[in-house]
Amino acid sequence: MTTSTGTVAPVLQGVNLVKTFGRVVGLDGANLELYPGEVLAVVGDNGAGKSTLIKCFSGAHTPDAGEMFVLGEQVEFKSTSEARRHGVETVFQTLAVAPALDIASNLYLGREERKAGFMGKVFRTLDKKGMRRESAQHLKNLGITTLQNITQPVETLSGGQRQAVAVARCAAFGSKVIILDEPTAALGVNESARVLKMIQDLRDRGLSVILISHNMPQVFEVADRIHVARLGKRAAVVTPQSHSMNDVVAIMTGAMKVPEEEQQLAPVRVPAASA
Amino acid sequence: MERRTTLQKIQGVLHKYPYLSPLIVLVVAVIVFYFLNNRFLLPANLSFITQQTVIVGTLAIAQTLVILTAGIDLSIGAIMIFSQMVMANLAVSTTASNVLPIAGQNPIVAIALGILAGMLAGALNGLLIVRFNLPPFIVTLGTLSIWTALTLILFKARTIQGPEIPDALKWLGSTFKIGEFQLLYGVILMLVMYVIFGYILRNTAWGLHIYAVGDDPNAAELSGISTKRVIFSVYLVSGLIIGIAGWVTIGRVGSASPNVDPLLNLDTITAVVIGGTSLFGGRGTLIGTLIGAFIITVVENGLSLAGLDQAYRVLAVGILVILAVAVDQWIRKVKA
Repeated sequence: MTTSTGTVAPVLQGVNLVKTFGRVVGLDGANLELYPGEVLAVVGDNGAGKSTLIKCFSGAHTPDAGEMFVLGEQVEFKSTSEARRHGVETVFQTLAVAPALDIASNLYLGREERKAGFMGKVFRTLDKKGMRRESAQHLKNLGITTLQNITQPVETLSGGQRQAVAVARCAAFGSKVIILDEPTAALGVNESARVLKMIQDLRDRGLSVILISHNMPQVFEVADRIHVARLGKRAAVVTPQSHSMNDVVAIMTGAMKVPEEEQQLAPVRVPAASA
Repeated sequence: MERRTTLQKIQGVLHKYPYLSPLIVLVVAVIVFYFLNNRFLLPANLSFITQQTVIVGTLAIAQTLVILTAGIDLSIGAIMIFSQMVMANLAVSTTASNVLPIAGQNPIVAIALGILAGMLAGALNGLLIVRFNLPPFIVTLGTLSIWTALTLILFKARTIQGPEIPDALKWLGSTFKIGEFQLLYGVILMLVMYVIFGYILRNTAWGLHIYAVGDDPNAAELSGISTKRVIFSVYLVSGLIIGIAGWVTIGRVGSASPNVDPLLNLDTITAVVIGGTSLFGGRGTLIGTLIGAFIITVVENGLSLAGLDQAYRVLAVGILVILAVAVDQWIRKVKA
């Protein structure tokens, strides 16, 4: 199952991943390669194993067999925080934000910073000002302009703004890979457009993105390559240029088979920054 | 442009400052009771109100921490009684009241061991909740009975009278004067604890994580917070506070009795809820709880000064609790 990767090594790779839940087979030898600076869409019918696959990479599941690599280094994720330590961050469909806490607290949730000196060491005082200042800077760096007041509780934000908070939290701390699980599922047209724009911005900043989505037009709009999952395996990897939406649906349902030489297993993008 | 009605603005403000609604209730209650009976605002009566609030007020700190994690502690009163009985029984020296073979300890040691007993009881609650995934309501309902029974079994259901108890155990019940106000050391200790835990909740990662865990445990877990560790530590720390409250109670009551007010649990929950903390977790302030604890005493005291029967106080507090939860539900619906 080697692929012609050329000179660029995948930033995230799964080889022959197997995951079963009792007698239900979630993953049956699945492969995935994510290359630097690309948006890889993962599509598939319900039960095709796409969310199981993604949960293995985000640390929410541990695969029964198979290997995972981050920048060529073999890894085993037993928790989401371990994945995070390796630079793999996931924006879950449920967003994992605390509604009553403000934006800054949410960005730093689970990795709060204490004040320097006596107050921080002895009284463990949080550096709220510093975290707020940094949060505002992170949002600015990420080009997120929809969030104005950093001290606003997240529950007062719209769905798209919450999504922005969740994405910013993943992107702000030097991560390499961001996995987005159905980021537009609960959003309206305008907000979806903004989230898609944000995904493209992240890619333009050199991050690698995995996008799980049911929405074909959106997938075709932002993805560089499309990974089609079927029956716990990878059915094909195509590009929006090489295949149509109908083709992708046909691959998802098994009505169409794509020979390996017609697939896009190699990266289509070479990011200028890391070249 | 979106225009907000006055009602929505009020809703927004109350949402931002959850202790405002109880504060308004307290102020209104004080004014009303003053007009019903001018004696209400006399220093002697106000001092009495602080003394009446000290036990529930101290225990309510523990209850607030627990409720912020979306839990509940029904065993608070039982643990408090257990822990004060440990203190008193360890400290007594007269052989007549000796039910423990290791009685006659140094009072400081007795106090420390009593607080430790409270912590262990809190840790047991926490362990059962996080280790076996049992609902806090059921766990603490069980431990409520367990500690009540253990208190009666271990200490032979005996009340230890004031004269038998060393002064160190009763110190928090002694008073000092500021002007015409008679304050208990226990009241000062309670206020200091409110300041300390208020600081911890607002300014430390642990405090923030308590809110996050109560707000949305899944989100907290996915953010890398160990929700189990946070919840366990909250029950442990609440045990510590309950133990200290046991010491306060010996001073306040002047003796150590296994038959202290059985409504204590409910009063702490009432104080927390009236104080604007959400029973669904993740929302609330300690200052609100303190106000809530005072509301209970003020209503009780004010109605009795107005010549009304004790039953009316229970009635009034009952109505307040339901109103507080209704207001909380309404505030939670706030939108930007």
